[in-house]
Amino acid sequence: MTVAPAPPLAQNAATGIAIHDVSHTYGSGGGKGVLALDRINLDIGDCEFHCLLGPSGCGKSTLLYLIGGFIPVQAGTIATGKGPVTGPGPDRSIVFQNFALFPWKTVKDNILYGLKKVGFGPEERERRAQNYIDLVHLTGFENAYPSQLSGGMQQRTAIARTLAVDPVILLMDEPFGALDAQTRRVMQEELRAIWRRSRKTVVFVTHDVQEAVFLADRISIMSARPGRIQHVIDVNLPKDRGEEILEDSRFIQLSEQIWRLVREQAVAATRGAH
Amino acid sequence: MADAGLAQRRNSGTAGAYAVANTLLRFSPLLILCAFWEFLGLSGVISQQMLPGLGEIAQAFVKLLIEGNLLYNTLRSISRAATGLGAAVVVGILTGLLMASFRPVRLLVNPIVQIFYPMPKSALIPVVMIWLGLGDSSKILLIFLGCLLPVIVGTYNGARGVNPFLLWSAASLGASSFEVLREVVLPGAMPDILTGCRTALAFSFILMVSSEFVIATDGVGYMISSLGDGGLYPAMFAAIFFVAAIGFAADRGYAAFARRVLRWREA
Repeated sequence: MTVAPAPPLAQNAATGIAIHDVSHTYGSGGGKGVLALDRINLDIGDCEFHCLLGPSGCGKSTLLYLIGGFIPVQAGTIATGKGPVTGPGPDRSIVFQNFALFPWKTVKDNILYGLKKVGFGPEERERRAQNYIDLVHLTGFENAYPSQLSGGMQQRTAIARTLAVDPVILLMDEPFGALDAQTRRVMQEELRAIWRRSRKTVVFVTHDVQEAVFLADRISIMSARPGRIQHVIDVNLPKDRGEEILEDSRFIQLSEQIWRLVREQAVAATRGAH
Repeated sequence: MADAGLAQRRNSGTAGAYAVANTLLRFSPLLILCAFWEFLGLSGVISQQMLPGLGEIAQAFVKLLIEGNLLYNTLRSISRAATGLGAAVVVGILTGLLMASFRPVRLLVNPIVQIFYPMPKSALIPVVMIWLGLGDSSKILLIFLGCLLPVIVGTYNGARGVNPFLLWSAASLGASSFEVLREVVLPGAMPDILTGCRTALAFSFILMVSSEFVIATDGVGYMISSLGDGGLYPAMFAAIFFVAAIGFAADRGYAAFARRVLRWREA
Protein backbone atom coordinates (compact mmCIF):
# COMPACT_ATOMS: atom_id res chain seq x y z
CA MET A 1 0.00 0.00 0.00
CA THR A 2 1.43 3.37 -0.95
CA VAL A 3 1.09 6.13 1.60
CA ALA A 4 0.30 9.33 -0.20
CA PRO A 5 0.33 12.59 1.77
CA ALA A 6 -3.01 12.71 3.52
CA PRO A 7 -5.89 12.70 1.10
CA PRO A 8 -8.73 14.02 3.24
CA LEU A 9 -11.83 13.00 1.36
CA ALA A 10 -12.94 15.44 -1.29
CA GLN A 11 -14.74 18.21 0.56
CA ASN A 12 -15.96 19.95 -2.57
CA ALA A 13 -17.95 17.06 -3.97
CA ALA A 14 -21.67 16.97 -3.24
CA THR A 15 -22.23 15.40 0.17
CA GLY A 16 -25.96 14.89 0.06
CA ILE A 17 -27.76 11.55 0.02
CA ALA A 18 -30.53 10.62 -2.41
CA ILE A 19 -32.74 7.78 -1.23
CA HIS A 20 -35.20 6.62 -3.84
CA ASP A 21 -37.94 4.02 -3.41
CA VAL A 22 -35.97 1.95 -0.92
CA SER A 23 -37.72 -1.05 0.58
CA HIS A 24 -36.17 -3.71 2.76
CA THR A 25 -37.42 -7.09 3.90
CA TYR A 26 -35.80 -9.18 6.61
CA GLY A 27 -35.75 -12.96 6.46
CA SER A 28 -37.15 -13.22 2.96
CA GLY A 29 -35.10 -16.34 2.28
CA GLY A 30 -37.67 -18.98 3.20
CA GLY A 31 -41.18 -18.08 4.32
CA LYS A 32 -42.71 -14.65 4.58
CA GLY A 33 -40.25 -11.96 5.55
CA VAL A 34 -40.81 -8.89 7.69
CA LEU A 35 -41.11 -5.67 5.71
CA ALA A 36 -38.84 -3.30 7.64
CA LEU A 37 -38.81 -0.39 5.22
CA ASP A 38 -41.52 0.46 2.72
CA ARG A 39 -40.71 2.69 -0.27
CA ILE A 40 -38.57 5.28 1.45
CA ASN A 41 -37.97 8.47 -0.53
CA LEU A 42 -35.74 11.06 1.06
CA ASP A 43 -33.26 13.64 -0.15
CA ILE A 44 -30.77 14.74 2.43
CA GLY A 45 -29.04 17.96 1.39
CA ASP A 46 -25.35 18.86 1.34
CA CYS A 47 -24.11 19.45 4.87
CA GLU A 48 -27.54 18.87 6.33
CA PHE A 49 -27.99 17.57 9.86
CA HIS A 50 -30.82 15.09 9.44
CA CYS A 51 -32.46 13.11 12.23
CA LEU A 52 -34.39 9.88 11.70
CA LEU A 53 -36.89 9.80 14.53
CA GLY A 54 -39.34 7.07 15.36
CA PRO A 55 -40.39 4.33 17.76
CA SER A 56 -38.22 1.25 18.09
CA GLY A 57 -38.81 -1.20 15.26
CA CYS A 58 -39.50 1.52 12.72
CA GLY A 59 -36.50 0.56 10.63
CA LYS A 60 -34.51 3.74 11.25
CA SER A 61 -31.35 1.79 12.01
CA THR A 62 -31.93 -0.38 8.95
CA LEU A 63 -32.10 2.74 6.80
CA LEU A 64 -28.86 3.97 8.36
CA TYR A 65 -27.13 0.61 7.73
CA LEU A 66 -28.30 0.72 4.10
CA ILE A 67 -26.77 4.19 3.67
CA GLY A 68 -23.61 2.88 5.33
CA GLY A 69 -23.51 0.02 2.83
CA PHE A 70 -23.40 -2.62 5.59
CA ILE A 71 -26.47 -4.42 4.28
CA PRO A 72 -27.16 -4.60 0.54
CA VAL A 73 -29.92 -2.50 -0.97
CA GLN A 74 -32.70 -4.89 -2.05
CA ALA A 75 -35.06 -2.50 -3.78
CA GLY A 76 -34.65 1.13 -4.83
CA THR A 77 -31.45 3.16 -4.90
CA ILE A 78 -29.27 5.09 -2.48
CA ALA A 79 -26.74 7.48 -3.95
CA THR A 80 -24.22 9.91 -2.49
CA GLY A 81 -21.87 12.38 -4.16
CA LYS A 82 -19.65 9.40 -4.96
CA GLY A 83 -22.43 7.53 -6.77
CA PRO A 84 -24.65 4.61 -5.78
CA VAL A 85 -23.87 2.96 -2.44
CA THR A 86 -22.55 -0.56 -2.99
CA GLY A 87 -20.65 -1.21 0.25
CA PRO A 88 -19.09 0.41 3.30
CA GLY A 89 -16.48 3.12 2.87
CA PRO A 90 -14.67 5.81 4.83
CA ASP A 91 -16.70 8.54 3.08
CA ARG A 92 -19.65 7.35 5.19
CA SER A 93 -18.29 6.53 8.61
CA ILE A 94 -20.49 5.39 11.44
CA VAL A 95 -20.83 5.53 15.22
CA PHE A 96 -22.80 2.61 16.63
CA GLN A 97 -24.95 2.57 19.72
CA ASN A 98 -22.85 -0.23 21.22
CA PHE A 99 -19.55 1.60 20.56
CA ALA A 100 -17.94 -1.23 18.55
CA LEU A 101 -14.44 -0.30 19.70
CA PHE A 102 -11.67 -2.80 19.09
CA PRO A 103 -11.28 -4.20 22.62
CA TRP A 104 -7.67 -5.23 22.01
CA LYS A 105 -6.62 -1.70 21.07
CA THR A 106 -6.09 1.22 23.41
CA VAL A 107 -8.09 4.45 23.03
CA LYS A 108 -5.35 5.97 20.93
CA ASP A 109 -4.78 2.86 18.79
CA ASN A 110 -8.52 2.65 18.08
CA ILE A 111 -8.39 6.19 16.72
CA LEU A 112 -5.12 5.63 14.88
CA TYR A 113 -6.58 2.56 13.14
CA GLY A 114 -9.00 4.59 11.04
CA LEU A 115 -6.43 7.32 10.38
CA LYS A 116 -4.00 4.71 9.05
CA LYS A 117 -6.68 3.22 6.81
CA VAL A 118 -7.59 6.58 5.34
CA GLY A 119 -3.94 7.21 4.54
CA PHE A 120 -2.66 9.97 6.79
CA GLY A 121 1.11 10.07 7.34
CA PRO A 122 2.55 9.01 10.72
CA GLU A 123 3.01 12.52 12.13
CA GLU A 124 -0.38 13.73 10.95
CA ARG A 125 -1.95 10.59 12.43
CA GLU A 126 -0.43 11.27 15.84
CA ARG A 127 -1.44 14.90 15.73
CA ARG A 128 -5.03 14.22 14.67
CA ALA A 129 -5.45 11.35 17.15
CA GLN A 130 -4.34 13.58 20.02
CA ASN A 131 -6.58 16.43 18.79
CA TYR A 132 -9.66 14.26 18.80
CA ILE A 133 -8.77 12.64 22.13
CA ASP A 134 -8.59 16.15 23.60
CA LEU A 135 -11.80 17.15 21.83
CA VAL A 136 -13.82 14.36 23.48
CA HIS A 137 -12.09 15.01 26.83
CA LEU A 138 -10.21 11.75 27.07
CA THR A 139 -6.81 13.32 27.62
CA GLY A 140 -4.87 11.06 29.96
CA PHE A 141 -6.72 7.95 28.85
CA GLU A 142 -4.78 7.46 25.60
CA ASN A 143 -3.35 4.12 26.69
CA ALA A 144 -6.43 2.73 28.42
CA TYR A 145 -8.20 -0.29 26.95
CA PRO A 146 -11.96 -0.01 26.33
CA SER A 147 -12.66 -2.50 29.12
CA GLN A 148 -11.12 0.00 31.54
CA LEU A 149 -13.47 2.83 30.52
CA SER A 150 -17.04 3.75 31.42
CA GLY A 151 -19.74 3.50 28.77
CA GLY A 152 -19.66 7.24 28.20
CA MET A 153 -15.91 7.25 27.73
CA GLN A 154 -16.11 4.31 25.34
CA GLN A 155 -18.69 6.12 23.27
CA ARG A 156 -16.59 9.28 23.20
CA THR A 157 -13.69 7.18 21.96
CA ALA A 158 -15.90 5.76 19.21
CA ILE A 159 -17.02 9.25 18.22
CA ALA A 160 -13.42 10.48 18.13
CA ARG A 161 -12.41 7.49 16.00
CA THR A 162 -15.14 8.27 13.48
CA LEU A 163 -14.69 12.05 13.41
CA ALA A 164 -10.91 11.72 13.07
CA VAL A 165 -11.13 10.16 9.61
CA ASP A 166 -13.12 13.22 8.51
CA PRO A 167 -15.95 11.46 6.66
CA VAL A 168 -18.07 13.62 4.36
CA ILE A 169 -21.13 11.78 5.64
CA LEU A 170 -21.37 10.96 9.32
CA LEU A 171 -23.81 8.22 10.31
CA MET A 172 -24.84 7.95 13.95
CA ASP A 173 -26.99 5.17 15.37
CA GLU A 174 -28.36 6.41 18.72
CA PRO A 175 -24.80 7.24 19.71
CA PHE A 176 -25.72 8.93 22.98
CA GLY A 177 -28.25 6.32 24.10
CA ALA A 178 -25.89 4.79 26.65
CA LEU A 179 -24.73 8.06 28.18
CA ASP A 180 -25.97 9.70 31.36
CA ALA A 181 -28.14 12.81 30.90
CA GLN A 182 -25.35 15.28 31.63
CA THR A 183 -22.73 13.75 29.37
CA ARG A 184 -25.38 13.37 26.75
CA ARG A 185 -26.19 17.08 26.78
CA VAL A 186 -22.51 18.02 26.56
CA MET A 187 -21.95 15.58 23.70
CA GLN A 188 -24.96 16.95 21.80
CA GLU A 189 -23.60 20.48 22.04
CA GLU A 190 -20.14 19.32 21.04
CA LEU A 191 -21.49 17.41 18.09
CA ARG A 192 -23.54 20.34 16.87
CA ALA A 193 -20.49 22.62 17.23
CA ILE A 194 -18.20 20.16 15.45
CA TRP A 195 -20.72 19.83 12.66
CA ARG A 196 -21.00 23.62 12.33
CA ARG A 197 -17.24 23.87 11.95
CA SER A 198 -16.60 20.92 9.66
CA ARG A 199 -19.69 21.05 7.46
CA LYS A 200 -20.49 17.39 7.10
CA THR A 201 -23.74 15.73 6.24
CA VAL A 202 -25.00 13.95 9.34
CA VAL A 203 -27.67 11.27 9.53
CA PHE A 204 -28.55 10.76 13.17
CA VAL A 205 -30.88 8.04 14.40
CA THR A 206 -32.69 8.63 17.68
CA HIS A 207 -35.99 8.08 19.45
CA ASP A 208 -35.45 11.12 21.68
CA VAL A 209 -37.56 14.06 20.42
CA GLN A 210 -35.62 16.75 22.29
CA GLU A 211 -32.34 15.39 21.00
CA ALA A 212 -33.65 15.45 17.44
CA VAL A 213 -34.94 19.02 17.70
CA PHE A 214 -31.77 20.23 19.36
CA LEU A 215 -29.48 18.70 16.75
CA ALA A 216 -31.29 18.61 13.43
CA ASP A 217 -31.95 20.89 10.47
CA ARG A 218 -34.66 18.50 9.38
CA ILE A 219 -36.34 15.57 11.06
CA SER A 220 -37.91 12.55 9.38
CA ILE A 221 -40.60 11.02 11.54
CA MET A 222 -40.96 7.34 10.76
CA SER A 223 -43.84 4.98 11.34
CA ALA A 224 -43.42 1.56 12.85
CA ARG A 225 -43.46 -1.63 10.80
CA PRO A 226 -43.47 -1.30 7.94
CA GLY A 227 -41.16 1.68 8.31
CA ARG A 228 -42.34 4.64 6.28
CA ILE A 229 -41.45 8.29 6.41
CA GLN A 230 -44.58 9.90 7.77
CA HIS A 231 -43.50 13.52 8.09
CA VAL A 232 -40.42 15.56 7.25
CA ILE A 233 -40.15 18.57 9.53
CA ASP A 234 -37.93 21.63 9.08
CA VAL A 235 -36.35 22.81 12.28
CA ASN A 236 -36.33 26.60 11.95
CA LEU A 237 -34.13 27.39 14.88
CA PRO A 238 -30.93 29.44 14.98
CA LYS A 239 -27.92 27.60 13.54
CA ASP A 240 -25.87 28.22 16.66
CA ARG A 241 -27.58 26.40 19.47
CA GLY A 242 -26.53 26.21 23.06
CA GLU A 243 -28.13 25.38 26.37
CA GLU A 244 -30.33 28.51 26.10
CA ILE A 245 -32.25 27.16 23.10
CA LEU A 246 -33.92 24.61 25.39
CA GLU A 247 -35.91 27.44 26.93
CA ASP A 248 -36.73 29.13 23.62
CA SER A 249 -40.48 29.05 23.00
CA ARG A 250 -39.97 27.92 19.40
CA PHE A 251 -37.92 24.97 20.61
CA ILE A 252 -40.55 23.99 23.14
CA GLN A 253 -43.40 24.39 20.67
CA LEU A 254 -41.68 22.37 17.97
CA SER A 255 -40.74 19.63 20.43
CA GLU A 256 -44.36 19.33 21.54
CA GLN A 257 -45.64 19.28 17.98
CA ILE A 258 -43.17 16.54 17.02
CA TRP A 259 -43.84 14.64 20.21
CA ARG A 260 -47.54 14.44 19.26
CA LEU A 261 -46.66 13.13 15.80
CA VAL A 262 -44.29 10.51 17.22
CA ARG A 263 -46.88 9.50 19.79
CA GLU A 264 -49.42 8.88 17.05
CA GLN A 265 -46.98 6.49 15.43
CA ALA A 266 -46.19 4.75 18.68
CA VAL A 267 -49.89 4.34 19.49
CA ALA A 268 -50.61 3.06 16.00
CA ALA A 269 -47.76 0.59 16.41
CA THR A 270 -49.13 -0.81 19.68
CA ARG A 271 -52.56 -1.13 18.13
CA GLY A 272 -51.11 -2.81 15.08
CA ALA A 273 -49.44 -5.36 17.30
CA HIS A 274 -52.80 -6.80 18.45
CA MET B 1 15.90 8.28 48.34
CA ALA B 2 18.32 5.44 48.93
CA ASP B 3 16.24 4.36 51.91
CA ALA B 4 13.08 4.38 49.87
CA GLY B 5 14.75 2.34 47.16
CA LEU B 6 16.03 -0.13 49.71
CA ALA B 7 12.64 -0.40 51.35
CA GLN B 8 11.08 -1.02 48.02
CA ARG B 9 13.59 -3.72 47.17
CA ARG B 10 13.10 -5.36 50.53
CA ASN B 11 9.37 -5.16 49.96
CA SER B 12 9.50 -6.77 46.55
CA GLY B 13 11.85 -9.35 48.07
CA THR B 14 9.30 -10.33 50.69
CA ALA B 15 6.55 -10.28 48.08
CA GLY B 16 8.60 -12.65 45.94
CA ALA B 17 9.27 -14.94 48.88
CA TYR B 18 5.59 -14.85 49.73
CA ALA B 19 4.68 -15.87 46.17
CA VAL B 20 7.14 -18.77 46.24
CA ALA B 21 5.81 -19.91 49.62
CA ASN B 22 2.28 -19.65 48.31
CA THR B 23 3.08 -21.77 45.25
CA LEU B 24 4.82 -24.40 47.38
CA LEU B 25 1.81 -24.52 49.66
CA ARG B 26 -0.53 -24.91 46.72
CA PHE B 27 1.37 -27.93 45.44
CA SER B 28 1.85 -29.46 48.89
CA PRO B 29 -0.68 -32.25 48.17
CA LEU B 30 2.06 -33.67 45.95
CA LEU B 31 3.89 -34.49 49.18
CA ILE B 32 0.99 -36.70 50.23
CA LEU B 33 1.28 -38.49 46.91
CA CYS B 34 5.01 -38.99 47.48
CA ALA B 35 4.41 -40.35 50.98
CA PHE B 36 1.77 -42.72 49.63
CA TRP B 37 4.22 -43.83 46.93
CA GLU B 38 6.91 -44.59 49.53
CA PHE B 39 4.38 -46.36 51.74
CA LEU B 40 3.23 -48.66 48.92
CA GLY B 41 6.80 -49.70 48.18
CA LEU B 42 8.02 -50.04 51.77
CA SER B 43 4.95 -51.90 53.02
CA GLY B 44 5.31 -54.40 50.22
CA VAL B 45 1.86 -53.85 48.72
CA ILE B 46 3.67 -53.36 45.44
CA SER B 47 7.11 -54.83 45.12
CA GLN B 48 10.00 -52.36 45.33
CA GLN B 49 11.20 -53.78 42.08
CA MET B 50 8.20 -52.40 40.24
CA LEU B 51 7.74 -49.31 42.39
CA PRO B 52 11.21 -48.14 43.30
CA GLY B 53 11.67 -45.61 46.09
CA LEU B 54 11.81 -41.94 45.26
CA GLY B 55 15.40 -41.68 46.43
CA GLU B 56 16.40 -44.42 44.04
CA ILE B 57 14.56 -42.66 41.22
CA ALA B 58 16.33 -39.39 42.03
CA GLN B 59 19.70 -41.14 41.88
CA ALA B 60 18.78 -42.73 38.57
CA PHE B 61 17.72 -39.33 37.28
CA VAL B 62 21.07 -37.74 38.10
CA LYS B 63 22.84 -40.66 36.47
CA LEU B 64 20.68 -40.42 33.35
CA LEU B 65 21.38 -36.73 33.16
CA ILE B 66 25.13 -37.06 33.51
CA GLU B 67 25.97 -40.37 31.89
CA GLY B 68 22.89 -41.20 29.90
CA ASN B 69 21.40 -39.31 27.00
CA LEU B 70 18.22 -38.06 28.63
CA LEU B 71 18.75 -34.48 27.49
CA TYR B 72 19.59 -35.50 23.95
CA ASN B 73 16.51 -37.72 23.69
CA THR B 74 14.31 -35.05 25.21
CA LEU B 75 15.54 -32.49 22.72
CA ARG B 76 14.87 -34.90 19.85
CA SER B 77 11.33 -35.42 21.11
CA ILE B 78 10.64 -31.75 21.68
CA SER B 79 11.92 -30.78 18.26
CA ARG B 80 9.43 -33.24 16.69
CA ALA B 81 6.58 -32.02 18.87
CA ALA B 82 7.41 -28.38 18.18
CA THR B 83 7.56 -28.93 14.41
CA GLY B 84 4.25 -30.77 14.32
CA LEU B 85 2.56 -28.36 16.71
CA GLY B 86 3.93 -25.28 14.96
CA ALA B 87 2.69 -26.47 11.58
CA ALA B 88 -0.70 -27.34 13.10
CA VAL B 89 -1.03 -23.87 14.63
CA VAL B 90 -0.28 -22.11 11.33
CA VAL B 91 -2.43 -24.38 9.15
CA GLY B 92 -5.17 -24.60 11.79
CA ILE B 93 -5.54 -20.84 12.22
CA LEU B 94 -5.60 -20.27 8.46
CA THR B 95 -8.16 -23.05 7.94
CA GLY B 96 -10.36 -21.83 10.78
CA LEU B 97 -10.34 -18.26 9.48
CA LEU B 98 -11.14 -19.39 5.93
CA MET B 99 -13.97 -21.60 7.21
CA ALA B 100 -15.46 -18.71 9.14
CA SER B 101 -15.16 -16.31 6.21
CA PHE B 102 -16.12 -18.40 3.19
CA ARG B 103 -19.18 -20.59 3.00
CA PRO B 104 -17.78 -23.09 0.44
CA VAL B 105 -14.71 -23.74 2.63
CA ARG B 106 -16.99 -24.18 5.63
CA LEU B 107 -19.24 -26.65 3.81
CA LEU B 108 -16.21 -28.60 2.62
CA VAL B 109 -14.17 -28.74 5.82
CA ASN B 110 -16.77 -28.77 8.60
CA PRO B 111 -18.00 -32.38 8.15
CA ILE B 112 -14.41 -33.63 7.96
CA VAL B 113 -13.54 -31.82 11.17
CA GLN B 114 -16.63 -33.12 12.93
CA ILE B 115 -15.96 -36.73 12.01
CA PHE B 116 -12.29 -36.72 12.91
CA TYR B 117 -12.53 -34.56 16.03
CA PRO B 118 -13.46 -37.32 18.50
CA MET B 119 -11.16 -39.92 16.92
CA PRO B 120 -8.18 -40.86 19.12
CA LYS B 121 -5.25 -39.70 17.03
CA SER B 122 -2.96 -42.40 18.44
CA ALA B 123 -4.98 -44.82 16.28
CA LEU B 124 -3.11 -43.25 13.35
CA ILE B 125 0.31 -44.40 14.63
CA PRO B 126 0.36 -47.56 12.45
CA VAL B 127 -0.90 -45.56 9.50
CA VAL B 128 1.79 -42.88 9.57
CA MET B 129 4.39 -45.62 10.09
CA ILE B 130 3.25 -47.38 6.90
CA TRP B 131 3.19 -44.08 5.00
CA LEU B 132 6.39 -42.47 6.22
CA GLY B 133 8.45 -45.17 7.92
CA LEU B 134 10.39 -44.92 11.16
CA GLY B 135 12.00 -41.51 10.72
CA ASP B 136 11.03 -38.15 12.17
CA SER B 137 8.46 -37.39 9.49
CA SER B 138 5.97 -40.04 10.63
CA LYS B 139 5.88 -38.67 14.18
CA ILE B 140 5.74 -35.07 13.02
CA LEU B 141 2.80 -35.89 10.76
CA LEU B 142 1.00 -37.64 13.60
CA ILE B 143 1.51 -34.72 15.99
CA PHE B 144 0.48 -32.29 13.25
CA LEU B 145 -2.76 -34.18 12.58
CA GLY B 146 -3.56 -34.53 16.25
CA CYS B 147 -2.96 -30.85 17.03
CA LEU B 148 -4.65 -29.52 13.92
CA LEU B 149 -8.28 -30.10 14.89
CA PRO B 150 -8.37 -28.27 18.23
CA VAL B 151 -6.70 -25.27 16.59
CA ILE B 152 -9.17 -25.30 13.67
CA VAL B 153 -12.18 -25.64 15.95
CA GLY B 154 -10.97 -22.91 18.34
CA THR B 155 -10.20 -20.49 15.51
CA TYR B 156 -13.46 -21.20 13.70
CA ASN B 157 -15.63 -20.72 16.79
CA GLY B 158 -13.72 -17.61 17.79
CA ALA B 159 -13.92 -16.08 14.33
CA ARG B 160 -17.64 -16.77 14.04
CA GLY B 161 -18.20 -15.17 17.42
CA VAL B 162 -16.55 -11.83 16.62
CA ASN B 163 -18.98 -8.95 17.17
CA PRO B 164 -20.28 -8.11 13.66
CA PHE B 165 -20.33 -4.39 14.52
CA LEU B 166 -16.54 -4.55 14.78
CA LEU B 167 -16.37 -5.82 11.20
CA TRP B 168 -18.70 -3.03 10.08
CA SER B 169 -16.69 -0.45 11.98
CA ALA B 170 -13.47 -1.52 10.32
CA ALA B 171 -15.11 -1.58 6.88
CA SER B 172 -16.57 1.88 7.38
CA LEU B 173 -13.12 3.16 8.34
CA GLY B 174 -11.85 1.89 5.00
CA ALA B 175 -10.48 -1.60 5.71
CA SER B 176 -10.57 -4.10 2.83
CA SER B 177 -12.04 -7.58 3.37
CA PHE B 178 -8.55 -9.02 3.78
CA GLU B 179 -7.62 -6.30 6.26
CA VAL B 180 -10.82 -6.95 8.21
CA LEU B 181 -9.87 -10.63 8.39
CA ARG B 182 -6.31 -9.96 9.56
CA GLU B 183 -6.89 -6.93 11.75
CA VAL B 184 -10.31 -7.61 13.26
CA VAL B 185 -11.34 -11.26 12.91
CA LEU B 186 -7.93 -12.69 13.89
CA PRO B 187 -7.44 -10.61 17.07
CA GLY B 188 -11.15 -10.93 17.89
CA ALA B 189 -10.86 -14.71 17.73
CA MET B 190 -7.59 -14.75 19.68
CA PRO B 191 -9.03 -15.83 23.05
CA ASP B 192 -10.53 -18.97 21.46
CA ILE B 193 -7.48 -19.54 19.27
CA LEU B 194 -5.24 -19.52 22.34
CA THR B 195 -7.53 -21.99 24.11
CA GLY B 196 -7.43 -24.30 21.09
CA CYS B 197 -3.65 -24.06 20.98
CA ARG B 198 -3.41 -24.97 24.65
CA THR B 199 -5.34 -28.17 24.00
CA ALA B 200 -3.08 -28.80 21.01
CA LEU B 201 0.00 -28.32 23.20
CA ALA B 202 -1.22 -31.05 25.56
CA PHE B 203 -2.00 -33.34 22.60
CA SER B 204 1.47 -32.78 21.19
CA PHE B 205 3.07 -34.16 24.37
CA ILE B 206 0.75 -37.15 24.46
CA LEU B 207 1.34 -38.01 20.81
CA MET B 208 5.06 -37.32 21.05
CA VAL B 209 5.57 -39.91 23.78
CA SER B 210 3.06 -42.48 22.60
CA SER B 211 4.33 -42.48 19.02
CA GLU B 212 7.90 -42.94 20.24
CA PHE B 213 6.82 -46.02 22.18
CA VAL B 214 5.90 -47.62 18.89
CA ILE B 215 7.99 -46.10 16.13
CA ALA B 216 11.31 -44.61 17.09
CA THR B 217 14.98 -45.20 17.64
CA ASP B 218 15.41 -42.23 19.93
CA GLY B 219 13.37 -39.70 21.86
CA VAL B 220 12.17 -39.69 25.41
CA GLY B 221 9.24 -42.02 24.71
CA TYR B 222 11.59 -44.53 23.14
CA MET B 223 13.84 -44.17 26.13
CA ILE B 224 11.04 -44.86 28.59
CA SER B 225 9.94 -47.98 26.78
CA SER B 226 13.44 -49.35 26.32
CA LEU B 227 14.40 -48.69 29.95
CA GLY B 228 11.20 -50.50 30.93
CA ASP B 229 12.00 -53.41 28.62
CA GLY B 230 15.45 -53.62 30.17
CA GLY B 231 14.01 -53.74 33.68
CA LEU B 232 15.67 -50.47 34.67
CA TYR B 233 12.64 -49.23 36.54
CA PRO B 234 14.17 -46.40 38.60
CA ALA B 235 15.59 -44.86 35.41
CA MET B 236 12.30 -45.42 33.62
CA PHE B 237 10.38 -43.58 36.31
CA ALA B 238 12.99 -40.83 36.29
CA ALA B 239 12.41 -40.33 32.56
CA ILE B 240 8.62 -40.38 33.03
CA PHE B 241 8.76 -37.74 35.76
CA PHE B 242 11.09 -35.65 33.67
CA VAL B 243 8.64 -35.60 30.73
CA ALA B 244 5.80 -34.79 33.10
CA ALA B 245 7.77 -31.87 34.51
CA ILE B 246 8.56 -30.54 31.05
CA GLY B 247 4.92 -30.82 30.03
CA PHE B 248 3.89 -28.95 33.16
CA ALA B 249 6.45 -26.21 32.55
CA ALA B 250 5.36 -25.87 28.92
CA ASP B 251 1.72 -25.50 29.91
CA ARG B 252 2.57 -22.94 32.59
CA GLY B 253 4.76 -20.98 30.21
CA TYR B 254 2.01 -21.06 27.62
CA ALA B 255 -0.61 -19.86 30.08
CA ALA B 256 1.62 -16.90 31.02
CA PHE B 257 2.13 -16.11 27.35
CA ALA B 258 -1.63 -16.24 26.69
CA ARG B 259 -2.34 -13.94 29.62
CA ARG B 260 0.13 -11.46 28.19
CA VAL B 261 -1.40 -11.55 24.73
CA LEU B 262 -4.89 -11.10 26.18
CA ARG B 263 -3.98 -8.45 28.74
CA TRP B 264 -6.57 -6.14 27.14
CA ARG B 265 -9.26 -8.35 28.62
CA GLU B 266 -8.31 -7.93 32.27
CA ALA B 267 -9.11 -4.55 33.63
